[in-house]
Amino acid sequence: MIRALAIIALLWPCAVSAEDRRTGYDDMSPALQLLQDDPMNPGVFWVLDGERLWAEPAGEAEQSCADCHVEAGASMQGVAARYPAWDEALSTPVDLSGRIGLCQTRYQGLAEAGDRSHPDRLALLAYVTHQSRGLPITPDPDPRLAPARAEGEALFFTRMGQLNLSCAQCHDDNAGGHLAAARIPEAHPTGYPQYRLEWETLGTLDRRLAGCMTGVRAEPFAPGSAQTVALELYLKSRASGLAMESLPIRP
Amino acid sequence: MAVLINIPETAAPGEIVAIKILIQHPMETGFRTGSDGALVPRDIIETVVCLYRGEEVFRADLFPAVAANPFLGFHLRAEETGEVAFVWTDIVGATSREFRTLTVA
Amino acid sequence: MTLSRRAAVTGLLSLPWILRMTPARATPETMQGALDAFTGGASVREGRVTLKIPLLVENGNSVPLSVSVESPMTPEDHVEEIAIFNELNPLPDTARFHLTPRAGLAAVETRIRLNGSQTVHAVARMNDGSHWSTTTNVIVTAPACREV
Repeated sequence: MIRALAIIALLWPCAVSAEDRRTGYDDMSPALQLLQDDPMNPGVFWVLDGERLWAEPAGEAEQSCADCHVEAGASMQGVAARYPAWDEALSTPVDLSGRIGLCQTRYQGLAEAGDRSHPDRLALLAYVTHQSRGLPITPDPDPRLAPARAEGEALFFTRMGQLNLSCAQCHDDNAGGHLAAARIPEAHPTGYPQYRLEWETLGTLDRRLAGCMTGVRAEPFAPGSAQTVALELYLKSRASGLAMESLPIRP
Repeated sequence: MAVLINIPETAAPGEIVAIKILIQHPMETGFRTGSDGALVPRDIIETVVCLYRGEEVFRADLFPAVAANPFLGFHLRAEETGEVAFVWTDIVGATSREFRTLTVA
Repeated sequence: MTLSRRAAVTGLLSLPWILRMTPARATPETMQGALDAFTGGASVREGRVTLKIPLLVENGNSVPLSVSVESPMTPEDHVEEIAIFNELNPLPDTARFHLTPRAGLAAVETRIRLNGSQTVHAVARMNDGSHWSTTTNVIVTAPACREV
């Protein structure tokens, strides 16, 4: 009997969940979590716009996304959870927004992909990402991504800006603490693109990274640049296994 | 502009139904300065009206202090099957309309 | 007697300039003025109105608010209008809700902007002309690394 109890006592910690990581959703107030879970979530407008654009023919080829990819719910499931990914033609990693732009120029015959912050691009990004909601972040295992991922990790630990702070100093060393009244998150990209109350609109991870870098008085990396993609590769591997959120809201 | 309306399709006579509406709109306050330093002009939805079988049930006057993508929740008492109309007007007088049918049985 | 031109100009220049109609930031006094305009100066009693709003928010750009008034909402006894006021936004008016007995329930929700920590007032006017109110103080915080 004593031996049985001892075995149970030793094995008990393995029986409970081992997930210690906290997402930005976990860190938010209940009121904001309610807003994210509410069907009347303003982020839904971009997903609805993306659904419309998905079926619209565009470019010289008069092709819609649906012409190749048919039902987004099936073909795009898991894509956002896996990205960034390797692009053969460019021989470089690309993020999901970049991939959408490449599709538009290569297969729809658009002369130019257009701005990454254009509402249509954001809408398509929101719609495609939405097809990965609830799925665990599963970084692409392609070994060609490893050098960029390592660069992203190095950037995460590099001091930047006039305040001379690295991402790690806030988001590893001081996560859960407070910067003024704001709780410092662990910085897992489970909720992008997100409707951020501060922006009063939908925005991407590179917009948020630019905000952070401006915050430490560093020159922000350009959206879609090699450095932002490298950082995203690292952040996604650091967040591996965490679920992609649906219609994310952040303060 | 896009709008989400949450209203039950059916109701019992006398039942009080909850209605929610979310309108896609920046609700530009008119107090912000743009990147060029100039004041961004006010652009808000000023009035939202709900009519049930042609009669006003609820009307909201919105000011710049209402959040972007304005959300409203209110109620109506179901009486007979009929049209529920949503009409909203912005600061320059542009009006949008959406219609739903409430079946009361 | 006619005024000399110099006297007229001096007179004009000595007049106080017309005050700007919209202050950069409202004050509890301007809010009280807006409240008085709503009630027509009638007395306002505390009670019957319930205001649900978080006591602390992480961003003032979208604060959920729900206001309800105890009322049978009959033609003889109903809420006519509920007005929401704030103390420190540029404008004291936030929203006005006009109800009818057809509403069935005097319960409204919305999301508002609060430009900093302040008190929110909800005032209801009944069909008999009486006014009821309640207030809540909201602490509004903001992100530390704000986009410039």
